[in-house]
Amino acid sequence: MGNIDFAVGIGGAAGQGVATPGAMLARLFVRRGLHVNAYNAYQSIIRGGHTFLTVRTSEAPVRCMGDKLDMLIPLNQDTVDRHMRLMRPGSAVLYDSGKVRPAGAAEGVQLCPLPVAELAKSQLHYNTAAVAAVLRLVGVECRQFEEMLAQQFQRKGEGVVAENVAVARAGYEYAGAHFRPYPFALPVTGKPLAVATGNESLAMGGVAAGVKFYCAYPMSPSTGVLMWMARHARQLGIMVRQVEDEIGVINMAIGAAHSGCRAMCATSGGGFALMTEALGAAAMMEIPVVCINVQRAGPATGVPTKTEQGDLWQVLGAGQGDYPRIIAAPTSIADCFHTIPQIFDLADRFQCPGIVLADLLESEGFSSLDPAELDFNPPRDRGEVIGLNGSPVSSGEGYRRYKATESGVAPRALPGTPGHAHVVATDEHDEDGVLISDEFTNPHKRQAIMERRQRKMEGVLPLIQPPRLEGPEDAEVTIVGWGSTWGVINEAVEQLNAEGIRANQLQVKWIVPLHVDAILQALAKARKVVIVENNYSGQFARYLRSETSIVADAHIRKYDGEPFLPHHVVEGVRQALAGKKKYVPVHEIVV
Amino acid sequence: MAEPVIETRAVPKAKPRRASLSVKDFKGKADPDWCPGCGDFGVLNALKTAIAELGLQPHEVLTISGIGCSSNLPGYINTYGMHTLHGRAIAVATGAQLGNHELKVVVTGGDGDGFGIGGNHFLHAMRRNVDLTYIVMDNQIYGLTTGQVSPTSRKGMKTKTTPHGSVENPVNAIPMAIVCGASYVARGFSGQQKHLVQLIKGAMEHRGFALIDVLSPCVTYNKDNTHEFFKQRTQKLEEIGHDPTDLHAAIEKGNLWGDVIPIGLFYKNDDAPALDELEPVLGEGGPLSHRSLQVPAGDAQALIAELM
Repeated sequence: MGNIDFAVGIGGAAGQGVATPGAMLARLFVRRGLHVNAYNAYQSIIRGGHTFLTVRTSEAPVRCMGDKLDMLIPLNQDTVDRHMRLMRPGSAVLYDSGKVRPAGAAEGVQLCPLPVAELAKSQLHYNTAAVAAVLRLVGVECRQFEEMLAQQFQRKGEGVVAENVAVARAGYEYAGAHFRPYPFALPVTGKPLAVATGNESLAMGGVAAGVKFYCAYPMSPSTGVLMWMARHARQLGIMVRQVEDEIGVINMAIGAAHSGCRAMCATSGGGFALMTEALGAAAMMEIPVVCINVQRAGPATGVPTKTEQGDLWQVLGAGQGDYPRIIAAPTSIADCFHTIPQIFDLADRFQCPGIVLADLLESEGFSSLDPAELDFNPPRDRGEVIGLNGSPVSSGEGYRRYKATESGVAPRALPGTPGHAHVVATDEHDEDGVLISDEFTNPHKRQAIMERRQRKMEGVLPLIQPPRLEGPEDAEVTIVGWGSTWGVINEAVEQLNAEGIRANQLQVKWIVPLHVDAILQALAKARKVVIVENNYSGQFARYLRSETSIVADAHIRKYDGEPFLPHHVVEGVRQALAGKKKYVPVHEIVV
Repeated sequence: MAEPVIETRAVPKAKPRRASLSVKDFKGKADPDWCPGCGDFGVLNALKTAIAELGLQPHEVLTISGIGCSSNLPGYINTYGMHTLHGRAIAVATGAQLGNHELKVVVTGGDGDGFGIGGNHFLHAMRRNVDLTYIVMDNQIYGLTTGQVSPTSRKGMKTKTTPHGSVENPVNAIPMAIVCGASYVARGFSGQQKHLVQLIKGAMEHRGFALIDVLSPCVTYNKDNTHEFFKQRTQKLEEIGHDPTDLHAAIEKGNLWGDVIPIGLFYKNDDAPALDELEPVLGEGGPLSHRSLQVPAGDAQALIAELM
């Protein structure tokens, strides 16, 4: 982390406009080339309740929302009541003096009352005045904000622009005259960054993969992917459909994939549960399709706006029977983008479903991204396909769709290709696609076909990155995580080393197939293994044990709906070193 | 493993040579395992005949089914085929049709598959007017699971799961389809081959969702709705007199089920655009399935600019 590490929390009721100032600040920060990570704690309510958005920025990459707030912007009294006690000396609280009474501030917390009624004609301008005041306190020139307002309101006319700019200036000047600025100024790095939510990152990853068909049923917290896709469909030539239910979603995607499109869908755990039979069907018919499960707190409807890593065993066991599947859990919002083309290449090459296991922490949070790393045309591998792009084909004499090859993969011919007509079936079938499920069951054939299909997974493993240890090699404690917790664990490891506890991290992204040997090797020298995961039962710990026989020394788990903060992990490791087997942090704020 | 196909530039499609094919050419790799006398034989034969008479080649047709006796049909016909999950054929077919809208997509299945477990997809595919030909082999019974009540079993029918007679009202797919937005709605009888061929040809030539509910008796498990039962009651709409462009008359005729069971074309709407025709994404550039995956540099730059 660089010298400056600044986090602002904005809280209010849903519908009060928490998102707008947060998005404005994030955008202003990335334009200066600063890194950003943000998390939105929200509720399943359209108006009311409590929403709390944390936006953290630094010159160095920001891996999570962090432990501390430097500034609190309460849009209502409720936010003051919930968060004020956590504000530390040196921090500031910026509020509308006409609306909010800042009770309970600790000594050294600067109170910054903004008389919005005097500065602006309308309460609607509060956000503008507040953002401008924040900028004044962190040493950012008002001009940058004025340019943004001009861009944002240009369509509404010069009058609206002038009005907003005037409010911004008033807020900026008022803050300069009445409040004490922070002892630093946010710099300009000279390399502007981009900012996106995890859902946007997943959707754009689909574009980079060459997705031509996307369908979904709205389900929090994955709906952002569908909305992004719908907004960009016509521009990018992607067929986007909102379907009647998730069973329809996955089957429609399978149909489109069989026709030759790269087809993708996203849902959350409940929708994924409905899709599971069809994922097995995709594996049986050997049709590549990619399904994203953005996990939320379950079971059943659960807590729709809260995060969890509770669907690991659901995806491991999705659908009846054994079948080849590839499962990846992206480790950051940036990794959401890269994972999609990676898993499409594997799904295409091995003709099986690919499952992406993201979660609300990633999907609804946002992060700065390096625009140079957003490659929308990575090399793509479609695997063995006959008839793609209308390419010339052989006569098809003797074509067998499910030929028993050494790799287990046989070329698939797209419908419409002359000479290669065949049937793909969810019933067990012979090399030529003829069923051996009804009249012609045959145990010897069935055995050979099962082995052939499963053999494909052997080809996948060498193509995926094995997990690697991050941090000092001779650590006294190794923290193992999977998927979205990479950032928070990474920061915790840094904090632990800073306080003299030598810790390192092993983060697992590719769940199936699992790099068993690489993991065994990485953990062979580990003195104490602590597994961190956002679920109750230690789903990954159980999986790791089943695949590698590794039994962790201690566990840090959280299943209250909120993500880990670095100090939760740090405290858990301290307790583990003191001999405690399991640590469940208590979330400090009720959100 | 052979060389993977790395994306190539789109090659213009060669015009397929048109050879006139006969019904025999559409014989599938497997022989039907239906019971002797099953109505589905007639439907299979009518479908093959219709495809041959339309001058289509095997590779131009994609036949998609779910699960059930009648859903085994794709294995018995020489076209591209998908034998999907129980109830899901319509959803898969929608994806395949939108993925490659140059394919002729035919969906085949039974009344349980389509109106029971697949009811939701059926309803929505009709309101979307997806360009599919949906042939339901309606035998008013679950045959493959050996004789349980189906969504089209008549009230009072005794089956293994309604030993005292069904107390539920059956689905009548004809008025339902008309009301839901299907743009070609017909009923056929497997015992009326020529008539059925004409209905299937009409459906395959129609742009939009075409339903043909085919009375296809189960000789093993349905002793109520036999060949003889339908032979005595079915009457062609052409003979009764009916204007298939008249929506209200179509619903009225569709509701008839008793001593007279009308067969033929109940409803046809040529003005309703099919879903693929409404999607600007498909406007030009051919089927999505064969388009380049390359993202134009301008589009990529615009996407990044949105984030900055």
